[in-house]
Amino acid sequence: MSDKIKLASQFIQALPHAQALGMTLEDIDAGTAVISMPYAEKLVGDPKTGVVHGGAVSALMDTCCGAAVMSHPSNPSGTATIDLRIEYLRAATPGQTITTRATCYHVTRSVAFVRATATDENEDVPVAMATGTFTAGTGK
Amino acid sequence: MSKRPEPVQVIKQRRDGVLRALVDGVPYIRFLGATFERRGDELTAIMPFKDELIGNPLLPALHGGATAAFLEVTAIISLSWNFMWEDMESGALDVTAITPDTLPRLPKTIDFTVDYLRSGLPRDAYARARITRAGRRYASVHVEGWQDNHSRPYAQATGHFVMPQRDS
Repeated sequence: MSDKIKLASQFIQALPHAQALGMTLEDIDAGTAVISMPYAEKLVGDPKTGVVHGGAVSALMDTCCGAAVMSHPSNPSGTATIDLRIEYLRAATPGQTITTRATCYHVTRSVAFVRATATDENEDVPVAMATGTFTAGTGK
Repeated sequence: MSKRPEPVQVIKQRRDGVLRALVDGVPYIRFLGATFERRGDELTAIMPFKDELIGNPLLPALHGGATAAFLEVTAIISLSWNFMWEDMESGALDVTAITPDTLPRLPKTIDFTVDYLRSGLPRDAYARARITRAGRRYASVHVEGWQDNHSRPYAQATGHFVMPQRDS
């Protein structure tokens, strides 16, 4: 594991909510981040089907998008979500790990633009897609 | 002669029982620690602060994902509650034996957009949903979240949902 990934993983591990959801940083490099979240009973949103709640996917998307912003070569000092839109394409298969890949496409003096895709173990059709804007640099 | 109105305790027991079955059945609501308060048909969601909800430990601030999830939970429960209201009140839904297993299916989220207006403080958060359109197949919902002052919301969201089909 490279030093950069090790450092970034420690950063993710220090976020109590990310830790409570069991998130693990898989990869991070120049504006792209990959974070996984294993299936757990506490994440279930529909008790009849055992499907993970959309909110848990949102939290994963938000964390991964934030990590992508922080890893951008423009080196922002901090970031916060301005807006995040998520489309739920299909239910995640119960029992499977959900993995999100986020890319920060552009950073201005104050705003970062990010897109992300979440998949379960079947990568043909994503589980969800996200578009977000984040604060960058010194912020407001 | 008109029918005598139902005793208030009977009404409260029925409505609170259905709400409890609806909320208690969802593990993720338990994980967030969110609860619902009811005044007539109006619901207010409450998410008491706990360390597990922190996103930025330095500030500290609530995780954007915890806020998004809280608003989405509020939208889904409010929508489901609105969907069941008539059947619950008319007696079409057998509320004496209601459990999470006998409830109608939950609405499914199509998309959800969260607008972060202020940083979430390490305090309790509240939310209310307004159903802007409840169609047979699709519904549109707006949710407002606030902390200390209701007039200063810290987040708002809009979402679209596919409603469960009654005959299936």
